[in-house]
Amino acid sequence: MIAAIMFFLIYFGQSFGFSSNLRTICAAAGLGKKVTFFDFNWRSKIWNLVFLAGAIIGGFIAHQFLSEPGAAVQISPSTVQDLAKLGFGAPTSLQPDELFGWDAVFSVKGFLLLAISGLLIGFGTRYAGGCTSGHAISGLSNLQWPSLVAVVGFFTGGLIMTFLIFPLIFKQ
Amino acid sequence: MKWIKFLLPGIVFGIVMAKSEAISWFRIQEMFRFQSFHMYGIIGTAVVPGAIGIALIKRTKIRDFHGHPIQFQPKEKGIVRNLAGGTIFGLGWALSGACPGPIVVNIGYGFFAMIIVFIFANAGTFLYGYFKDKLPH
Repeated sequence: MIAAIMFFLIYFGQSFGFSSNLRTICAAAGLGKKVTFFDFNWRSKIWNLVFLAGAIIGGFIAHQFLSEPGAAVQISPSTVQDLAKLGFGAPTSLQPDELFGWDAVFSVKGFLLLAISGLLIGFGTRYAGGCTSGHAISGLSNLQWPSLVAVVGFFTGGLIMTFLIFPLIFKQ
Repeated sequence: MKWIKFLLPGIVFGIVMAKSEAISWFRIQEMFRFQSFHMYGIIGTAVVPGAIGIALIKRTKIRDFHGHPIQFQPKEKGIVRNLAGGTIFGLGWALSGACPGPIVVNIGYGFFAMIIVFIFANAGTFLYGYFKDKLPH
């Protein structure tokens, strides 16, 4: 399905890469006047913002019409065990309340974790020139060496966070 | 009408991401702990047909909807930028369990805490643009 979406966009003269939208939004916000990186014709990228709007609608449809209430993610028992050691309960939905519930969001630590995560994602994706869609899917499909290097980076960062940093920030 | 052809694949993308559970923090944790094939299956079923299809496009020189030859923008080279940028991205991806696509699908799904991640992801991209010339690439 994801490959089909990529080919659909290619057929209509575009390419599949989601994180470019972040740059487009910065440009549309008028930041091109201050930083040349955002000084480009962002209107040529509106098609991707429309795709982004579609993705939001898709998430809404999936939740409202295509899922059973209270359906939990059936992750592997060993993951449930590992996460329990970090203070996370077994899944009761798609996301853990410990990170995305309102109690977490309105705590200083919870807010900071989400904010820092966003900063790292937005900074890293543009530095590397792509995210999971642009590098891991479009780039690897097109046999691009830089994309393989970036994906190695994605996993380096992900493993450092999971195995070295999580035990520090989610200490029981 | 001009935009519907980009809105519809966006909607399909959102539904597929949500229904395959690729937007779940739990699934991303399972992936980084190598405890399930689930996420690798999703990425693999995108990349393998993707690679075959792109190879066919290049070989057959198919034209796109507008009649233009299909060209692929090569990704920018640079070990430092790809490895350092990728690592920074990976840290954030594992923390909130979402990359840029799934962040907005989550918002549509009703996990509004992701709005914070989304706003700060824009801020992160702005910081990159601001410091771009001072960074090694």
